[in-house]
Amino acid sequence: MLMPTEGEIPAMSKTPDRSWLLESATFSRPVIREIQRAAREGIYDIRGFGAKRAVPTFDDLLFLGASMSRYPLEGYREKCETSVTLGTRFARKPITISTPITIAGMSFGALSAQAKEALGRGASEVGTSTTTGDGGMTAEERGHSTKLVYQYLPSRYGMNPDDLRKADAIEVVVGQGAKPGGGGMLLGQKISDRVAEMRNLPKGIDQRSACRHPDWTGPDDLEIKVQELREITDWQVPIYIKVGATRTFFDVQLAVKAGADVVVVDGMQGGTAATQDVFIEHVGIPTLPATRIAVDALQDMGMHREVQLIVSGGIRSGADVAKALALGADAVSIGTAALIAMGDNSPEHEQGYNALGTSAGYYDDYQDGKDPSGISTQDPELGKRLDPALAGRRVANYLRVLTLETQTLARAAGKTNVRNLEPEDMVALTIEAAAMAKIPLAGTDWIPGSRL
Amino acid sequence: MEKFDLQGNPVRALNSALHQEQARMKEFEVSNPGGKHNVACGARYPCSVTIHGHVGYYCAGMNQQADIVIHGNAGPGLAENMMSGSVRVHGNASQYCGATSHGGLLVIQGDAAARCGISMKGSDIVVGGSIGHMSAFMAQSGRLVVCGDTGDSLGDSIYEARMYVRGRVGSLGTDCIEKPMEPEHTEELQALLEKAGMEHRADEFRRYGSARRLYNFEVDNADAY
Ligand SMILES: Cc1cc2nc3c(=O)[nH]c(=O)nc-3n(C[C@H](O)[C@H](O)[C@H](O)COP(=O)(O)O)c2cc1C
Repeated sequence: MLMPTEGEIPAMSKTPDRSWLLESATFSRPVIREIQRAAREGIYDIRGFGAKRAVPTFDDLLFLGASMSRYPLEGYREKCETSVTLGTRFARKPITISTPITIAGMSFGALSAQAKEALGRGASEVGTSTTTGDGGMTAEERGHSTKLVYQYLPSRYGMNPDDLRKADAIEVVVGQGAKPGGGGMLLGQKISDRVAEMRNLPKGIDQRSACRHPDWTGPDDLEIKVQELREITDWQVPIYIKVGATRTFFDVQLAVKAGADVVVVDGMQGGTAATQDVFIEHVGIPTLPATRIAVDALQDMGMHREVQLIVSGGIRSGADVAKALALGADAVSIGTAALIAMGDNSPEHEQGYNALGTSAGYYDDYQDGKDPSGISTQDPELGKRLDPALAGRRVANYLRVLTLETQTLARAAGKTNVRNLEPEDMVALTIEAAAMAKIPLAGTDWIPGSRL
Repeated sequence: MEKFDLQGNPVRALNSALHQEQARMKEFEVSNPGGKHNVACGARYPCSVTIHGHVGYYCAGMNQQADIVIHGNAGPGLAENMMSGSVRVHGNASQYCGATSHGGLLVIQGDAAARCGISMKGSDIVVGGSIGHMSAFMAQSGRLVVCGDTGDSLGDSIYEARMYVRGRVGSLGTDCIEKPMEPEHTEELQALLEKAGMEHRADEFRRYGSARRLYNFEVDNADAY
């Protein structure tokens, strides 16, 4: 930017002083804008991304490093194990991932073929898994992912036994953190010929994904369903059950009872490709309490570590990973952060975002199919903007950084395995986080809500 | 012929045998199913499976190529997600038979309960008797033939599946309407009835399908959601 010349300075001082204007906390400018948009269009706001409101998170916890009573491990020298084996309960072939961070289920349809390929390349490079999504498995993603989890969703779009047998694990999706109790929607403008064909539906129509499975209704049915999937796949691969975080204690126990090898709990911050804003912001509980409750539920049954726990929803850094593990999770999974690693919301696409009336850092219209980064689109021209090799490399780099950060924190706490981190290694910064994570408030031995 | 007696035995050995290449063109006889779940799931090769007795949930689930006959009644989710081949029940079928089935032919000689053909994606389902409520909910493609009556909310939110009903329709679901029987429909229905072994004339049936009013969201249709 050019410095103002002397002559321009008086002009600037002419701008009226508005510093006394007071914006309503209730009717803020975004609220006013949304009311007027709703009044104009007569339809609720559907968008992608996750919850934007502030909720208690892993940021509200801190690690106690080693000092006098515990000794740390030497960075780069002393080994700190990161690999995790998932599906040890029933599967003949459990999956071992070399880092406790997996790529969450995101559908082809929501994401471009290039983006799916990049996720597969990145994850495979560091030895972890990717997950299909609503819409089925593509040959490309099978090809680019050495470990692929195949989602079994209510819509059953593209579901077929051949792909089931090609999967390294099966994830029965009961719900998602962004919309527990809600189905999906792929708006007509994102339905290319290929997506339409994969889903057996006409091109250009809105594709609704049911919110309930068509052939089972409760946990007792689900137990039989899980056995059916095991029978079809000859008991080879692990079966995960994914739930959005709501009544997490009961959901986790029922998932275990239904025969899950792995339970996936997705907190309310979890990303989505297209959901009503009101749903994203107002349903479900945050990942922080969900993680603690899920671990309590497993421990209560004596199944902690026997059934593995994966948590997701708003994981961004190695600190988030380490804290989730310290609370007792076996692994985490990432969606939004992986898209960001590939270039979603990057300032390099600012012009494109501006043309859509938004800006880098605010873009959330994954449902729209016009993504300038080429990630959440089915437009072949836009898709070409994403180089799968380069984006895959970025995903791999990002996963490595998360892993190194997690190890850094684990070593500082004196752990030779990242999963040896424990709740006792942490304190809480806020009363809310202390209550939700059942970790004492820093400087006290107080856990709000627990009996004295 | 290979025989499996399920009395006191799990379904594992049967299902495992059906998944082997050696199952090709074989005949399997299953006795004493005793309402067991997941009988004959994931069959992959052309072969014939005859089951003598009643089966529980998800019998013939995800069937590919096999011809499976059940001399008895079937529990929920019969032939769910079937891809090809055929499944015939001489008795009645419980809820969600043929759910999400992509292909093949499912024949129920008796009645089928609620949600028959829910989310079907290309299969043919022929029911000799009547079916329960919410059948063909969100049915995407394929054909559902009902020789008796239907329950309420038939074809709610249906996409491109075609339905032919001989008896009384309890009520039509959202966005489902009656459509004229053109010669092409009479012809396809007659062929289906013959294939399924039903002795009815196609001109005794009426056709139902999607009004296609809900294919893209419009605020003026908000009451329908
Ligand atoms: C673009 C996009 C598409 C998604 N599609 C699916 C899906 O098809 N099935 C599913 O279970 N979850 C889906 N999710 C949710 C993710 O699997 C995961 O739960 C969530 O992204 C985790 O939260 P995070 O985004 O904060 O990491 C999707 C998320 C995004 C961002």
